Amino acid sequence: MGAQLRVYKRRIRAVTATKKITKAMEMIAASRIVKAQRKVAASMPYANELTRAVTAVATGSNTKHALTTEVETPVRAAVLLITSDRGLAGGYSSNAIKQAERLTERLRGEGKEVDTYIVGRKGLAYFGFRERKVAESWTGFTDSPAYADAKRVAEPLIEAIQTETAEGGVDELHIIYTEFVSMMTQSAVDGRMLPLSLDKVAETETSAGGAKGEILPLFDFEPSAEDVLDALLPRYVESRIYNALLQSAASEHAARRRAMKSATDNAGDLIKSLSRLANAARQAEITQEISEIVGGASAMADATAGSDK
Amino acid sequence: MAAELHVELVAADRNVWSGEATLVVARTTSGDIGVMPGHQPLLGVLESGPVTIRTTDGATVVAAVHGGFISFADNKLSLLAEIAELADEIDVQRAERALERAKSEADAAAERRADVRLRAVTG
Repeated sequence: MGAQLRVYKRRIRAVTATKKITKAMEMIAASRIVKAQRKVAASMPYANELTRAVTAVATGSNTKHALTTEVETPVRAAVLLITSDRGLAGGYSSNAIKQAERLTERLRGEGKEVDTYIVGRKGLAYFGFRERKVAESWTGFTDSPAYADAKRVAEPLIEAIQTETAEGGVDELHIIYTEFVSMMTQSAVDGRMLPLSLDKVAETETSAGGAKGEILPLFDFEPSAEDVLDALLPRYVESRIYNALLQSAASEHAARRRAMKSATDNAGDLIKSLSRLANAARQAEITQEISEIVGGASAMADATAGSDK
Repeated sequence: MAAELHVELVAADRNVWSGEATLVVARTTSGDIGVMPGHQPLLGVLESGPVTIRTTDGATVVAAVHGGFISFADNKLSLLAEIAELADEIDVQRAERALERAKSEADAAAERRADVRLRAVTG
């Protein structure tokens, strides 16, 4: 076998092996999207009911609560960025990071300090490499988050927002996650979780299937409106974070599936063009051998014809 | 109008039970509360404890609920809990083991959870 042909054969073998891997990853991701989507759907009733309850308390009472009132001059904001633990998911993590950078820039422009909280090894690596400060980080559960994970993430954030700003607390809480729009589309979005703005709550409720402009009844609060709000808001934050984590997980799998699908397709194309080249090389080799044999034979014939005379 | 109310018992990650009922008894931070159809709109904070739902066909559904909220409006009752389990879903032996472990480790929260589970089963 010619040297050229051997090189092509080797490359084809290597690309085929890679293709098998990407194909497997594609199929694994595809099966996980469905599971992740089901989890998102299963978490919806709780999130919707909780949103309804929060809207009811916030509109149905004149209670002022630290978590619903806007501070006049916010000085510090917390940003929670949700990325993935593993790579090979196309632009999934970097899109979320870019969105976070834009948000941070905007908040700084408004004169606020930004504390960054990160979920996922990729986001952490990005910040670590640039030696930027990260207030707190969590890793290890991004592909299938449990409610307990959301609780763990929410805890320091709630604590930070309840602390006075002068003592290192924050006035605002923003979250960046990747919204699962459809199998093909996932977009990194940012939103302010706290302080609550009621239009936004109503908006999420409408998008979550609630009727718009629904007039909520006057509730009787047990034990009191303040206590209910006190108990409700941390749960609300947890549930929002849980929902964001689940959506991000579904998006991560969808992004990985797409990235791996195009990798598999590219590997297929590469194999095709490489085998064309290999075929051409083999053909060239044969042609060369034939012409060598023909040339050799005629030279021999010439030589014998000469000696006969 | 029919004397029944619609109940949704939802945990953070799933819908635990939903259906029609005539009476729901739950434990709020200020004591047990019973909700019947036509109750005034209510929003309360729940304690860890069993929730009893009397369904329209006379059956009783008991669930162990760990923290959460009860909200009632328009004859629709929602019980929101971070963790909620129906009595027949609870693994008694596991709960008993958990109770013993919690006692030996003096983990008050875990002890309470296991206790609520067991009480939901035994009624």
